[in-house]
Amino acid sequence: MNNSTTDPATDHEATLRTLAQTLGEGAFTTSRFRANLRLHTSPAKLLDLLRTLRDQCGFNLLSEVGGVDYLGYPGRTGARFEVHHVLRNLETSELVIVKTGVDDPDPTLPSATPLWPGANWMEREVFDMFGIRFSDHPDLRRILMPPEFAAYPLRKDYPLRGRGERHNFPRLMRGDS
Amino acid sequence: MATEVLDEPELEHEAREATWTLNFGPQHPATHTTLRLILELDGERIVKATPDIGYLHSGFEKLGEHLNFNQYVTIVDRKNYISPPMNEVAWHHAVETLLGVDLTPRCQYIRVIIGELARISDHLLCTGAAALDLGAFTAFLFAFNLREQIYDVYEEMSGYRFHPGYTRVGGVLYDFNDRVIERIRGVTKSFTSVYADMEKLLFKNRIFLDRLRGVGVLSKADAIAHSCTGPIARASGVTYDLRKDQPYLAYPEFDFEVPYTTEGDSWARFAVRMEEMRQSCRILEQALAKLPSGPVNAPIAEKFPMPDKATTYNSMEGLIQHFELIMPNRGIETPRDEVYAAIESPNGELGYYLVSDGSQTAWRVRTRPPSFVHFSVFPKVIQNHLLADVVAVLGSLSIIAAELDR
Repeated sequence: MNNSTTDPATDHEATLRTLAQTLGEGAFTTSRFRANLRLHTSPAKLLDLLRTLRDQCGFNLLSEVGGVDYLGYPGRTGARFEVHHVLRNLETSELVIVKTGVDDPDPTLPSATPLWPGANWMEREVFDMFGIRFSDHPDLRRILMPPEFAAYPLRKDYPLRGRGERHNFPRLMRGDS
Repeated sequence: MATEVLDEPELEHEAREATWTLNFGPQHPATHTTLRLILELDGERIVKATPDIGYLHSGFEKLGEHLNFNQYVTIVDRKNYISPPMNEVAWHHAVETLLGVDLTPRCQYIRVIIGELARISDHLLCTGAAALDLGAFTAFLFAFNLREQIYDVYEEMSGYRFHPGYTRVGGVLYDFNDRVIERIRGVTKSFTSVYADMEKLLFKNRIFLDRLRGVGVLSKADAIAHSCTGPIARASGVTYDLRKDQPYLAYPEFDFEVPYTTEGDSWARFAVRMEEMRQSCRILEQALAKLPSGPVNAPIAEKFPMPDKATTYNSMEGLIQHFELIMPNRGIETPRDEVYAAIESPNGELGYYLVSDGSQTAWRVRTRPPSFVHFSVFPKVIQNHLLADVVAVLGSLSIIAAELDR
């Protein structure tokens, strides 16, 4: 249907103009790789950016929310974690990635659930795997790991084979139940 | 329908006092996979459904940080194990986007073919099992018979029936031979009759229709707000398909349509899947008719494709390249950057957020799993339906627990 937006030179021009007008220049920085446009922002400005993208630029589908732990990443100077929100514009087929850096010791981000109810589970997974908290999230519980689990398994300082949780997992025998 | 009978005011008031809780799963024949629901019921009406997932969590994303781009294909196979080739295509699409690889025309066609075979296979299971859960057993058998033929194609092309592990960075494991193409022609030929059989058995089946129509309605606004994609969103009127809207591989060269409806109920999801299978079959026929000749893998000078056995044993370049790729302290150089790339899988957008630190093992592999997103809508669409509708809605959402939990 729409093939015209894949050219990186003209891509997202209207979007970037609208964002700069609404939020001012300092709210985000941009970078590009292949066909991806990334907007880097801070936790304080994340919700405004997402809301502007949704309401004024037509990015109405939140495709994906995920986290990355950059502990020990070669040449890394920024925050330890980054959370990405991938947004799609269903009219123009444009795609934009919003990256937000959060740092130890208490990584916290505003939740996107007021804007998209679909963010609920994806944010719970980021919390479960990285320990990044989402303020104002309606139901921030672990989703894949059991509630007793103490560590955050996708952090880089968590070993591939775990720390013996599997062996020490409480076992319920038939007699005890 | 039946819910209105229950909604008489005085009955409702009394029943509110005595809602009861039912545990559904994790091992239940109608869930097909391992997932659990805690249902709060008022008689048989569902007041609240709470999904509890994670029973099949296997750390696939963590494994992706320890296996290289070619090795990880065996893991992605096991995510949505109903359509493994589609996962492989999605994974290597992300890797090749990161590397900036141009695939050869033949390779693009081969990937389209295995992807569409996987789509047919996935939809056959979903529609067949949806019918099975609602008591229409025969259609399920017809569907599974054709799935066997598709497994035979996988076996012929890669040597493995269930988890082919067929794609490689910049190419595929083996080129298609004549026997593979013959078997794919067999699939497209039998598809017509299987579709006709399923149509006769299901499209006018009164019980089946009554169980699906108006059950689990998802409006267009809700579908977008809850990040739904694929056939589930298209059944609600979102006409978005990555094959058309963000074309990848050779999809712009094929003539096919994207079916959609606006009803958004379980029947609509079923009907969209049935029609998508026919469109996939059209793509298969076109792809076989104009399958380009020429090399299937990217040239060996590109430094990343794995050389085949003959090249490794019979040429110096092949041997060196094989050594470079296999030795853990060598390997290919990748850009130190990150990329999000997605394809249209049978269940919706299947994307990978791939972060590379310059080595041939990913720094982070994030899967965007369609099942995970779609299962989060389940409590919303099942509310105020009857207990028996749980299997109808679950079947229409096509939740694959291995992909759900990863």
